[in-house]
Formats: sequence, C-alpha cells, structure tokens
Amino acid sequence: MRGAFCGVLLLLLAAISARAEDRVAVGQYLTILGDCAACHTPPGGAPFSGGRRIPTPFGWVIAPNLTFDRKSGLGLWSAADFDRALRFGRKPDGGFLYPAHPYPYFARFTAEESAAIRAYLATLAPVYQPARGADLPFPFDFRVLLWFWNALYVPAPPPLRGAGHDALWDRGAWIANGPGHCGACHTPKTLLGGDDLARAWQGGMAAGWLAPALDGDPRTGLGAWREAEIAQFLATGAAHGQLATGPMAEVITLSTAQMTKADRAAIAHYLKTLPQSPGSVAPAPPPAMMAAGEALYRLRCAPCHGRDGEGTAGLFPRLAGSAIVQAPQPATILRVVREGTRAVATKAAPTGPAMPGFAGLLDDGAIAAIATYIRNSWGNAAPAVSEAEARR
Amino acid sequence: MTIRLKPVDAVIIGFGWSGALLAEALSGAGLTVLALERGPFRDTAQDFPPSRVADELRYAVRHDLVVKPAENTITFRNKTSQTALPVRALGSFLPGSGVGGGGVHWNGQTWRFRPSDFTLKSRALARYGKNFLAPDLTIQDWGVSYDELEPFYDRFEYLCGISGQAGNLRGARLPGGNPFEGARARPYPTPPMAMPYAPTLFADAARGVGYHPFPQPSANLSQAYTNPFGVVLGACSYCGFCERFGCGNYAKASPQTTILPILRERAQFSLRTQCTVLTIAHDGKGSKARGVTYTDDSGEVFFQPADLVILSAYTFENIRLLLLSGIGAPYDPASGKGVVGRNYSYQTTSSVALGFADKLLNPFIGAGALGMVIDDWNGDHYDHGPLGFLGGAYLAALATNSRPILNHPTPPGTPRWGAAWKRAVAKSYLRSMRILASGSSLSHRGAYCDLDPTYRDRFRRPLLRLTFDFHPNDLKMSAFATDRLAEIGRAMRPEWLVVDKREAPYSIVPYQSTHNVGGAIIGADPTTSVVNPYLQSWDLDNLFVVGASAFPQNASYNPTGTVAALALRAAEAITTRYLRAPGPLA
Repeated sequence: MRGAFCGVLLLLLAAISARAEDRVAVGQYLTILGDCAACHTPPGGAPFSGGRRIPTPFGWVIAPNLTFDRKSGLGLWSAADFDRALRFGRKPDGGFLYPAHPYPYFARFTAEESAAIRAYLATLAPVYQPARGADLPFPFDFRVLLWFWNALYVPAPPPLRGAGHDALWDRGAWIANGPGHCGACHTPKTLLGGDDLARAWQGGMAAGWLAPALDGDPRTGLGAWREAEIAQFLATGAAHGQLATGPMAEVITLSTAQMTKADRAAIAHYLKTLPQSPGSVAPAPPPAMMAAGEALYRLRCAPCHGRDGEGTAGLFPRLAGSAIVQAPQPATILRVVREGTRAVATKAAPTGPAMPGFAGLLDDGAIAAIATYIRNSWGNAAPAVSEAEARR
Repeated sequence: MTIRLKPVDAVIIGFGWSGALLAEALSGAGLTVLALERGPFRDTAQDFPPSRVADELRYAVRHDLVVKPAENTITFRNKTSQTALPVRALGSFLPGSGVGGGGVHWNGQTWRFRPSDFTLKSRALARYGKNFLAPDLTIQDWGVSYDELEPFYDRFEYLCGISGQAGNLRGARLPGGNPFEGARARPYPTPPMAMPYAPTLFADAARGVGYHPFPQPSANLSQAYTNPFGVVLGACSYCGFCERFGCGNYAKASPQTTILPILRERAQFSLRTQCTVLTIAHDGKGSKARGVTYTDDSGEVFFQPADLVILSAYTFENIRLLLLSGIGAPYDPASGKGVVGRNYSYQTTSSVALGFADKLLNPFIGAGALGMVIDDWNGDHYDHGPLGFLGGAYLAALATNSRPILNHPTPPGTPRWGAAWKRAVAKSYLRSMRILASGSSLSHRGAYCDLDPTYRDRFRRPLLRLTFDFHPNDLKMSAFATDRLAEIGRAMRPEWLVVDKREAPYSIVPYQSTHNVGGAIIGADPTTSVVNPYLQSWDLDNLFVVGASAFPQNASYNPTGTVAALALRAAEAITTRYLRAPGPLA
C-alpha cells in the first residue's frame, strides 16, 4: 500500500517536473520570438545579464540584468512584478519603464506565457551586473511623463483575428505584432516616438539604419517578394538578392534564424497580406546628377553590384528593385557607401561578405550622385539625394 | 621564461592554402585546432577592398602582402664554392605572409600536373635509358600517382570554383580543352573566363602552327559560384590588379573566400596571428613531436603542446624549421647523403615581347590567370630522345600585370629615357604584349638548402641558405621551348619581336616565379625523402610537412593545384586512418 503510494507520488512528481521543463522550454522559445537577447545579452557576455546600451532617438537606455541575481537582477522580483514589467512597462515600485522595452507589443503575451518566460529566466545562472538605468536629456528623463505617453500609444491591443484568415495568418500576425515587435522598427514613429499606426509597416529607422517598409508596396516594401523568399530571408539573412546587415543582422542570428520553420512561414504569410501603401511618385532626378552618378557607379560600384544593379545572390545585394535603395529616406545607402557594412553570416548562408566604406575616396557630391543614380536606374524610382543630405 | 599553454589536438604552422585546408579537415573531424601565422590577420573588406586595392605602389612595388626581409629572408649563392649573401630586397620570388599566405596575392593559375610528371624518373629510364640523364640530376618519382591525387585535385577545384575547359573527361577528349591533360572525373565547376584580344591572337596563331590552345584554368572566376560549404564567390571584374594584390571582389579563390567563413564559426578552431614558430619539440627520431615553441609580437615565448603538428609554412620555412629542430638528416652536397634541404628546384621561365602596328590590345583588361595556353611541348607525350633534354614548358599569352608603374613596353632600339621613350611608351602600351614559356626545373646535386653559417634572423636563428643555378638540361629545354614560342610569335605577324631567353647564372634579382619547391620531398624511400606519400615525416609520425617543399622536382606548371591536392590527401589520411591508429601510414 505504502509502496504504491510512493510510486504514485513519484509519477506525479515526474509529471510535474516534466511540465516544468516544458514550461521552461516554452519560455525559452518565447525569448527567441521576442529577440530579448538582442538587448539583454551583452555581446560575448553571460546570457540575459544586461548592461547593453540601447540607442533611442532620445538618448541611451541601459538594458537591465534579467538573471535572478538578488542584488542586480530579478532575484527579488515577484511573479507579479515580472509580469507587470514585461507586459505593461511598470516597475515593481509602480514607476515607468521606457518603451525601448517593447511592452506595447509584449502586451500580447498571455499571463501564462509571461510566467513561462520568467520560469526560463529563473533557470539561468545568476550574474552580478548592476549597470542599469538611462541617460536621457530633459524632459525625457522625467519618467512620469510616460503616463501620458502610455495613454496615447498603448491602447489595449486590438484583436488580430481578421475575417477570412487562417490559423497561419493568426500565428504570423501574433508574432509580428506581439513578441517579434517588428513594427518597433518597421513602423514609422511619431515625434514622441510612438508608433504612427496610420502609417503602420511603412518603414522606420533603427539606430541610424533604415528599417524598410514591410507593406505590399512593390518598390519600397515587400510587394515584389514571394512568401518563400521572406521566410528564407528570416532563416538565412540572404534572399531575393538582398542581404541582412545593420540591426537586422542581429535580429536574424538571435531571433528569426532560431525560430521554427513554421513560425517563419507564418510571419511571411502574414506580411504578404499587408496592403500597398498609397505611394507618391518622385520627381525625375536632375540629368546632370544622373550622368555623374552613372560614371561613378560604373567605376566604383559595377565591379561587384553589376552594370545593371543585378548583384550576385548571397554576395552582393541587388540594387535594382531594392526596397532599401528606393526608400523615401536614403539613410542606409548613404551610410553604407560612406562607412561600408558587413552582411550577416548564418549556417545556411555562411559567406558574411562585407562592403568597404568609400568615405575619403568619394566626396559628398559624388556620394549624392551615386545614391541618386542607383535610386533612379533599372526601374528604380526615389527622390534625388542632395549633397547636403550626403554630408549629414 | 617559456609560458606553457593548454594542449591542443593539432597545431598548424603557417596559415596559407595548406594550413587552411588542413585546419578545415582536422577541425571538421572534431579536433581542437590551433593555427599559428607569422603575419597579420587579413580580411577582404578590411584589408584589400576594391575601394583601396588598386594601389600598384603599395602592393606591386612595395610588396605589402609578402614577407618583409627584415623579418625573415634567406641567403643565396649560385654554387657551393661561393659565399652566400642575405637577400635584403625580394626579387626573383615573393613568399606570402599573413592569413591566407600566398593564396591572397597569387594569380590563380590552377593546374594539375600531368600523370607522367609523377613518375618522371622511372619513365625516363625506361624510355630513354640510363645514359640519357646527366649523372648529377637527382630527380625522383613522387611515390604518389596522378590517379591517387585526382579526387583531391577535383575537391580543390570545386572548393574554389575554378574556371576552365576540360580536355579529358574520364578518358573522353573534349574540344577546346587541353588534350594532353590527365583524365578528370568532372568538368571544371565554372566555364572559362571571357578571353581578351591578345590571348585570342596567340591562340589563333598557335592553332595555325598546328598546336592545341586552351584557356588557362583560373581561380579568377568567370561567374559567381557557391562552393560545397555554401560560401559564395563573385565573378572576376578583369580589373588587372591580381598578382601581388588581394581580390576585393571575392572573385579570386583564397583561404578567405573559400574556407575562412566556415572556420570562423567552428568553436574548436582558433587562429593566432603575428606568431612565429621557433622550433618543433620532439624526443628524437622514431618518437613523436610534442608541440611547438613560438613567440608573438610581445616578445614572450610560448610552448604549445599538441598531439599533431602540421608544418605548412612556405617552402623555405618548412625546410628551415626541420633543420633548426633537428628533424631528419640534413643534406650533404659533398656526399649526396641526407635528405632535409635536398632537391630544391624552381621554374625555368622565358618570354617573347611583341608589338603591333595595327592592333589595339587593351591590355588593361586583365586578371591573374586569364589567357590561352598550349601544352604541346610539355610532359612526355613527344620524344625527348633526339632533343637531349628532359622536361618541357607550357607556352601562353596571359592578359595580366599591365599596370602603369611597372609596365612600359617599348620596341627595340628605343632610348631608355627622354621624349622619344615617352612617345614610344604612349604608342606601345596598347599595341604590345608578352608571351611566355613556363618551363620545368629538374632537381640536381648542386641545388639545395642548408643553414647559413654566418647570417642570423631577428631571433638569432641561422638563416636558410639557398644554393641554386639552372641545370644545363633545363637551359636546353628552355632554349627549345623559347624557340617554339618565338615561332608562334612570328606567326602572329607583329611589327617587332624581342626574344628574352633564360640564361645562366640564375639571378635572384629580377622577378621570375614564386615557385620555390623541394627540400622536404615526398617519396617512397626514407633514405631519399623527408616525408612519405602522405606527407608524414619518416622520423616523427605525428608531424606532417605540407606544401611545395614536398615536390621532388618541379613540373612546368604553377604549383598551387598540386600543393592543395597533396594537402587534402594528407588530411584525409590523417582523419580516416591516422586518428584511428596513430603511427606510420606508409
């Protein structure tokens, strides 16, 4: 009798611990969907030990330590404290977290999902890493103002279920609008840094890089991409003649490449249902600038990107038809021509090629001419880039 | 005081093509691998981007990518009776230094040796008799055959994406390729490069004389290529900055463009740069190597214990490290005994310059391995008996190196400076070309390397001493090949033609070829070779000596393809056989 009781107890305990393990695994996967490591894991440092400085348009915010260290981490936070911070942007003392923490998106987590994330973080080795806080100028250092901000920009998340959409769409919409917080970069911001929902998915800026539109625009968005290409891009950082670089390189390695194939397919499926935004036709660029740009392009750019901007798959991005090239803001192409950049290297696309910077070799006028030329050749169309813009 | 480091499974000395190929194979088999490279780290976008690389002064004149004589050099003399002097400015050859080694600044001419090259001696004895060979020639068979190397040539060509036209596919002759090549299992991975005007003229003339021109097999790729590791290479832009330059377009196969992206992601692989290996530690003949002693740019000295030691530095440094470490019997030219330093050989080159009145050749369209070649006077498919020499040459027109500082072609009789010279250069640049003969080099008793008794390097170690002159056999071969070359040149109907023959004594000053081979040669007999047919030291079974130092004599072809095939074969022997049962493989 006693033996049988012990047996049942052991089975029960095993079942509980299996459920706990499941919950930890679920929590870990949710941190991948949420790309939490991008901010909270310092490069080369202990997982989720924080301390990384996150640039915002208003100043620096330091990502806190999420390990359960009692002095510098979450060791003394209750489950309710954690949930409130994760989903609603409030500290245990009731104070406000800066929305560099994407709680407007994380509000789409359920309480169970929030608990699973906490269960996962609790399994990590506690690390003493006290750096936290922010370095924002007045008035942004005045956190109480965030009450108004939250009232303006953090309504209760609207339901995502669209009529006539299937479970795949539901899943993709949830990831993109929830944990994946894609719009945090790819939706333009208002002057106060909130999502400009009237222009949702029309492209924004992230740390000085263009986050291109993800809407259905064939020129500046994903209109010309096939669903499978979007999924491949999320898996490898290389598809549709484009290569991931800048902040997206890290999103690929830390988040999307580690998602399940089904989740990447769901995101791609959802993004392909976004409508085309009402585009504006750019005026034709000055012919003299185009002629100068063409001569420079042939000499400096064509050896890799090809005479017709066709590029080389997996090595040199295609410029013809590129959304980044044709975006309203030329920030990324100017930056890349000036400073160069390195594409992400993933297991499936290991090359990780880099483009050299041309600053010092090309002056502002030359860079403006090249940018204008590539934005308006081979079917591309976008506003001309002035010398003054290239100087900035 | 020497700092003792944590042991690794394998330490690799020198990170050029050989070191990178071994590093990939050994780390892929799960070993912890540490590569030590004497030069700096080098990356395409950081170190030779297209925005900066077209700098002839920096790279072609001042040799930015090759070893600095102040850091390491050799001493040289033509014969044993002379006193050798140190080479203080590189000339005749340009050994690489830094990550990628010579694989960064090479031209990309990617050949396979002919089947007959591997049995040169036994074939010559059988076909021409004992008295045909001069008594002081020390040529040998390799102990490895073309057929045994074929899968590894193939693997290297597909790693790099080599552009070319097969001439012999599994025994079937294909038009447009080299009809004399050994049978290959697969065609080249990418088609030949687009051919500029000058090599096309050469090929037309050669065809008219009855020869069989074909495009130079090239590691400057004709089109983008994804190698078996998933690494993507680009297409050559024909910029003409290739030999002595790194490629900014990811279009020239190098360790950087083919293997490094894979190694970068392997936790069991690490690479330390600016680290010079001083000696290989061991417990004497028949024992094992224990590891290496090296120093870095801080001046500290480290001992790195390792179960496997891969010596894959340049030819000269491979020989010198063996001598400095007391591995193998040093070669004694007086008695002909001993093996380390024996059978050094080189390349016997010559050329013909031509100018045209009516043809604009646009020589600025160039690459490293871009041209048309004939192999009709190479190998042993023709009877050498009446000619009185062994060996041969390939004859070629390559569109290369027509850069403004070092290339000023002028017709004969032009003054060497002044207004007339300037006018002649301006007229000739677009209208002239050079065709060349790349000839074999037979090893002989008086061509060898040993430690210099006088001169030392910055670590007070003796420099390597090179004693070398062209053997009469090779001069005879070269004269014959140059005559054939000039015949083709005349058939091109130039306005003027100048023949530059190769003559003795060998001069170490003008650039000729960085194909210094031998000195730690491969063979089936431990009394006449340093390594067995798997490049394994006869003396220490966990030491492998990889590189062109293994060539018993040099064929006419550029060596990289054969260096890589030998390296890959050694790597496979280590991973499939040696790791299971450490001991002699032959």
